[in-house]
Amino acid sequence: MVYHFEFGALIPYIPVILHGVLITVELTLFGTVLGIIVSILCAWARSGGPLWLRVPVGTYVELIRNTPFIIQLFFIFFGLPSVGVHLNAIDASILAMVINLGAYGTEIVRAGITATPRGQREAGASLGLSGPQIFRHIVLVPALSRIWPALSGQVVIVMLGSAVCSQISVQELTYAASFIQSRSFRAFEAYFVVTALYLILALLLRQILRLGGKRIFPGGKAR
Amino acid sequence: MPLISLTNLHKSYGQNEVLKGISLDIEPGEVIALIGKSGSGKSTLLRCINGLESFQEGSILVAGTSVMDSPNQLRLLRQKIGMIFQQFNLFPHLTVGRNVMLAPTVVKKTRQGEAEALAREMLDRVGLEQKFDAYPGQLSGGQQQRVAIARALAMQPLALLCDEITSALDPELVNEVLAVVRDLARQGMTLVMVTHEMRFAREVCHRLVFMHQGRLHESGPPEQVFNAPTTAELQQFLGMQ
Amino acid sequence: MMGFSTWDILRDLILATRWTLLLSLGAFLGGFVVGLIVLFLCVQHRVYIAHLARGYIELFQSTPLLMQLFLAFFTPALFGFNVPAWVAAWMALTLWTSAFLADIWRGCAEALPPGQWEAGASLGLSYVELMRYIILPQALRIATAPTVGFMVQVIKGTALTSIIGFVELSKAGTAITNATFEPFTVYGLVALIYFALCFPIAMGSRWLERRLNAAHLAH
Repeated sequence: MVYHFEFGALIPYIPVILHGVLITVELTLFGTVLGIIVSILCAWARSGGPLWLRVPVGTYVELIRNTPFIIQLFFIFFGLPSVGVHLNAIDASILAMVINLGAYGTEIVRAGITATPRGQREAGASLGLSGPQIFRHIVLVPALSRIWPALSGQVVIVMLGSAVCSQISVQELTYAASFIQSRSFRAFEAYFVVTALYLILALLLRQILRLGGKRIFPGGKAR
Repeated sequence: MPLISLTNLHKSYGQNEVLKGISLDIEPGEVIALIGKSGSGKSTLLRCINGLESFQEGSILVAGTSVMDSPNQLRLLRQKIGMIFQQFNLFPHLTVGRNVMLAPTVVKKTRQGEAEALAREMLDRVGLEQKFDAYPGQLSGGQQQRVAIARALAMQPLALLCDEITSALDPELVNEVLAVVRDLARQGMTLVMVTHEMRFAREVCHRLVFMHQGRLHESGPPEQVFNAPTTAELQQFLGMQ
Repeated sequence: MMGFSTWDILRDLILATRWTLLLSLGAFLGGFVVGLIVLFLCVQHRVYIAHLARGYIELFQSTPLLMQLFLAFFTPALFGFNVPAWVAAWMALTLWTSAFLADIWRGCAEALPPGQWEAGASLGLSYVELMRYIILPQALRIATAPTVGFMVQVIKGTALTSIIGFVELSKAGTAITNATFEPFTVYGLVALIYFALCFPIAMGSRWLERRLNAAHLAH
């Protein structure tokens, strides 16, 4: 039996696919920005913060890194309402992505902070800067520039992971594929095209993060 | 009244005592070089003066403020004392101008425009005003060290501590940095330097302090130290140079 | 449906964990073998083969695992084969794992100082001898910890196979939730079971990293 590919069958669904791309981009944008903020705050808490903060942050990081994203998402979306926290599917997805990226990002950013040469802190101290001032003005930016490639890689992983959000009916790219498959029965074509779109999105996202990194961190590579 | 006053300073790393009771007064406007073999404790002593190293016994007073006081006191003290490091320690993510402006704006809350004028003035003093928008990575080692001096000067310190500031430089870049230090000495800045540049120390310093095995072994004006060393250790040290 | 105690839930979940473990091991072993082949192609001198292998790695690292699972599930049907969910799951996870492992190993081989290759070549060693005596012994040492660590990713990856209908820990969690209406408890327990599987492996990987790096530095 020979299968006839019919990508033309997808044409009526272009708006559905584009809407899916849009939602995936939206999830990624919010997840990334908020996730990086969480990473920085937790990395600070883990490397220089008070002891009573280090333990809970460490627990959070290990708990998230050692459980699947889909279970984290289900726990937030299906589990939290029974303790009175109701989130719509999009908010639950963004929250799950932020929590997930935050845990990985914390370890990545912390590695950048740890690699700060001692002389940098000493130069700041000898100019009369306080501990928090040294962190904010001297340590943070070179630390981020040092680990930007690793952090970018993690952002791409989180974007690809957002495919799972289709399982709580967020109408992102994967949801579009499933929708088309259920209507047209052109499963292969739908999943093939959507997979290609994810590939393009991933390559684009990598370029944007690389160029963005160059803009945000001038002055060359920090040692 | 001395600007910096060390009394009976003791410091050890575990069992290893690196400073064994150091007392030293430094007057305003005085230019002092700490000399001695590596491991004699001279860099440690310098780093104690602005609290980068803690110590176990004794006291350090800078313009009447004790280094051992609260963190807030220590920060105030550090604003009065500048430090230049062997490795320059410029902030790689900031332009030259921003490196110099950082402490005035963040610590002293100087307004942006005022801080920029100040930074340009200080960079002009070290001959690098035209590098205001360059990044440290684009400068030679000698230029980076001159920026580091300008950065310290922008806090208008009462004294500068110089920790082997030419040791990491290629030989042909040493002189441009020493020229800047020579100017500062001439203008009456209080300078405490750890250096291996004996000829330079002899030329600009009012007093040389020879350290040996964690003690102040011998000190005096350059002519006396160079021409009539009294102890065998100093004679041996000078003989090696 | 009535009278599900927490203990009943936990017992059913632990029973389903068997399939998670079995699939993880199968995918890891399969991925290990395929990954070695991809790595071998990656370091070939013929440039187009190396590019092809790198493209393979890039492809699997830049698309969602979920999509790979869907394609593995639906593509055979085009040619008249109906594969059961577990076969599709195992195939997709194997390929996905092979891409990541090959990339990890390639990074380890490249992390060796270039002087090692040159010194070996200057002694007149052939490519195979160079690999066998100089490069592999050193690369294996630095590759061990991240390879073990990737097992955590594989175990977590198996959770997605529930979406194409393979009954493992996550799928059991969903089924039990639908029966008990206790999502908080059920998904909480599911997460804890995954944690109990993954955390010791993560710790072991870190322990290996410290131990092997320390030995490496001592040389």
